[in-house]
Amino acid sequence: MSTETWTLIIVGITFAFYLYVGYMNRVRETAGFYVAGRGVPAIANGAATAADWMSGASFVSMAGLISFLGYDGAVYLMGWTGGYVLLALLLAPYLRKYGKYTVPDFIGDRYYSNTARSVAAIATIFISLTYVAGQMRAVGIVFSRFLQVNIVMGVIIGMAIVAFFAVLGGMKGITWTQVAQYSVLIAAYLITTVAIAMKLTNNPVPQMAFTFSDIAARLNQIQIDLGLKEYIRPFQNFSGLNVFFITLALMLGTAGLPHVIIRFYTVPKVSDARISAGWALLFIAILYTSAPALAVFAKYNLINTLHGKTIQEVESIDWATKWEQTGLLKFEDKNGDGKLEMAADKEANEITIDRDIIVLSTPEVAKLAPWVVGLVAAGGLAAALSTAAGLLLAMSSAISHDVYYRILKPGATEAERMRVGRAMIFLAILVAGYFGVRPPGFVGEVVAFAFGLAAASLFPAILLGIFDKRMNREGAIAGILVGLIFTMLMIILIRSQKLLGTSEPLLESFLGINAQGVGVVGAILNFIIAFAISRSTPPPPEHIQTLVEEIRVPRGAMSPVAEH
Amino acid sequence: MSDSRNDMARAYWRANLKAITILLAIWALVSYGAAVIFAVPLYNLRVGQIPMSFWFAQQGSMFTFVILIFVYSWWMNRIDRQFDVHEE
Repeated sequence: MSTETWTLIIVGITFAFYLYVGYMNRVRETAGFYVAGRGVPAIANGAATAADWMSGASFVSMAGLISFLGYDGAVYLMGWTGGYVLLALLLAPYLRKYGKYTVPDFIGDRYYSNTARSVAAIATIFISLTYVAGQMRAVGIVFSRFLQVNIVMGVIIGMAIVAFFAVLGGMKGITWTQVAQYSVLIAAYLITTVAIAMKLTNNPVPQMAFTFSDIAARLNQIQIDLGLKEYIRPFQNFSGLNVFFITLALMLGTAGLPHVIIRFYTVPKVSDARISAGWALLFIAILYTSAPALAVFAKYNLINTLHGKTIQEVESIDWATKWEQTGLLKFEDKNGDGKLEMAADKEANEITIDRDIIVLSTPEVAKLAPWVVGLVAAGGLAAALSTAAGLLLAMSSAISHDVYYRILKPGATEAERMRVGRAMIFLAILVAGYFGVRPPGFVGEVVAFAFGLAAASLFPAILLGIFDKRMNREGAIAGILVGLIFTMLMIILIRSQKLLGTSEPLLESFLGINAQGVGVVGAILNFIIAFAISRSTPPPPEHIQTLVEEIRVPRGAMSPVAEH
Repeated sequence: MSDSRNDMARAYWRANLKAITILLAIWALVSYGAAVIFAVPLYNLRVGQIPMSFWFAQQGSMFTFVILIFVYSWWMNRIDRQFDVHEE
C-alpha cells in the first residue's frame, strides 16, 4: 500500500477513536463541563496535560528548531519543562484546594474585585486566542502535506472534530480524548526517534545514544568545517543573558498559562494535584528529552547524505525529490560544478533545509515502513487538536463562567450556564478556524506575547495571592496592569518591524534582553509595584485572610465566607 | 486551643516553605547554574561523550525537574500526615 493510503487509514482510525471517546464522555452539568466533575485520576490528568501542553509546533517544529540553534535550543527544552516545577510547587495544589472553575475565578475572589476578575479574563482570552490560531494552522498544514487536501479543507475537518467532543463533552470529553491523543503522538515520536538512533548508533534509547555516542561531536565538527556555528558550544545564537531571561520567561509563562492551570482543577484531591504535575512532566519529558537526540541525528544524517554529492546522486534518492517538491528542501548548484555543497555564506550555500523537515522526513530517511509516515501525520494532528481543545475550553470558560455568570448574570440557572458554555466554545472554534484559514501575518510573534503576558500578569498575581496574605486588591491590580502594559509595549517596540511595519526595530532590546525574555522584567515590575502599593493601602478584609489560610492546608472544606 | 492550632498551622506552613525552598534551589542549580551561569567552565568536563554543560542544558535539567516534582509530592504527603492535615 502507498504512504498516502496508510496515512488516510491511520488518521481515519484515530479520528474515529477520538469521536467515540468524546461521545462516551458527554456531560450534562457545569461541573462536568468545566472541571470534568473533579473525577480525573492523577495519572490520566498527567497524560491529558501533556497532550494539552505539547502543541502541533512542539511535535513538528521543536526538534528542527533545536537542530538550528544547537546548545542554545535549551531555552525551549528547559523553559517549557521547568515551568512545571513552579506549577507543582507554587500553584497547582493551592488552586485545587480553592476548588473553583477558572483562573479569573481565583483572581477575582482572592482580590475581592470584579475589575481584577475582568483583567484576568481578558488576559486569559487573549493568551489562548493567540495560541489557538497557530494550532488550527498546524492542522491544516498536516492535512495538506500528508493527504493532499487543501489547507482550508484541513482546517474545517479539524474544527468539526474538535467541535464534536468539546461542545458535547466539555472538559470531561476533552480530557479523555487528550489521553488517547497523547498515546498516538508519543508512539509516533518515539518510533521515529528510536529508528534513527538505531540506524546511526545501534543504541535504541535516544537519550543514551545522544549522550554516549560521538554523533553530537561529529556534527559539531561538520558545522565547524562548513563555517557554521558550533553545535555543542554555549551562547553561539543567543547571549548568555538572553538564554537566562528567555528560559525564565518561558518557565514563568508556562506556570501562568490558563489552559494548563485549569487542568489541575479536574483531579479529586490536593495530593492528586501535586503528583499529577509529576506525571504530566514525566510524559512531557519523554518527548522533550528525545527531541534533542532527534535534532542531532536527523541533521547529521541529512548533511551526510546530501552534502558534497552530485546532482544525479541526490536526485536518485526518492525522499530528497519528494521533499524538494514541498519546498522544504531546496537544491541549487550555484557554482555549476555539478555538486551540491552546503556553506555558511548564503550566496554560496547550495542546500537549504527547512526546520520542519527534521521530524517530518525522518521516517522516510531512516527507511521506515510507510505506516510509520501515516502515524507521524496522525501524531502531529493529535498534538495540534488536543492543544486546540484545551485552549478553546479555557477561552470559553473565561467568557461563559467568569464574564457571563460571575459578572453579568450571577442568578443564571444551571441550564442557562451550560447553554452559554456550549455556545461560547462553538463560537471560539469558529474564530480559531477563521484564524487558521487566514492567519494574521504575525502569528510567529504572538507566541512571545502569550508567554510574556502570562509571565508578567497571571503568574505573579496567583503566586502573591497564595504566599502573601497581606496582598490586597489595590496592589494586585496595579501590579498586573504595570506588568501587562510594560511587557506589551516592549514586545511591540522590539518587534516593531513585524508588528507595526517599521523598517528598523524601534528598540533594539531592553538592556540586552530580547522580546522573548522581556516578560521576566514585566514580572519583576509586577512584584515590586504590587508589594509597594499593598503595603501603603489597607490590608484585605478578614474573610479573605481566612480564605488564604484555608487554601494553604489540604484538609477541610473552604468556608462559605470565601463565596463573597 | 485556638492559639495552639494557629501555632500548628504556622509550623506546617514553615515546613512546606522549607521543602519548596530546598527543591527550588536544586531546580535553579541544574538549569540556571549548570547550563547558563557555569556553562563555559562545565563545557570542559564530560558526561559520556558530550560536554557536561551541554548535557545539563539538553538532558540533565529535564530529568532533574521530573524527579523534583515526585520528591515534592512524596515529601508533602509526609508533612501533611505529620501535622495531621492530610485529606481523608
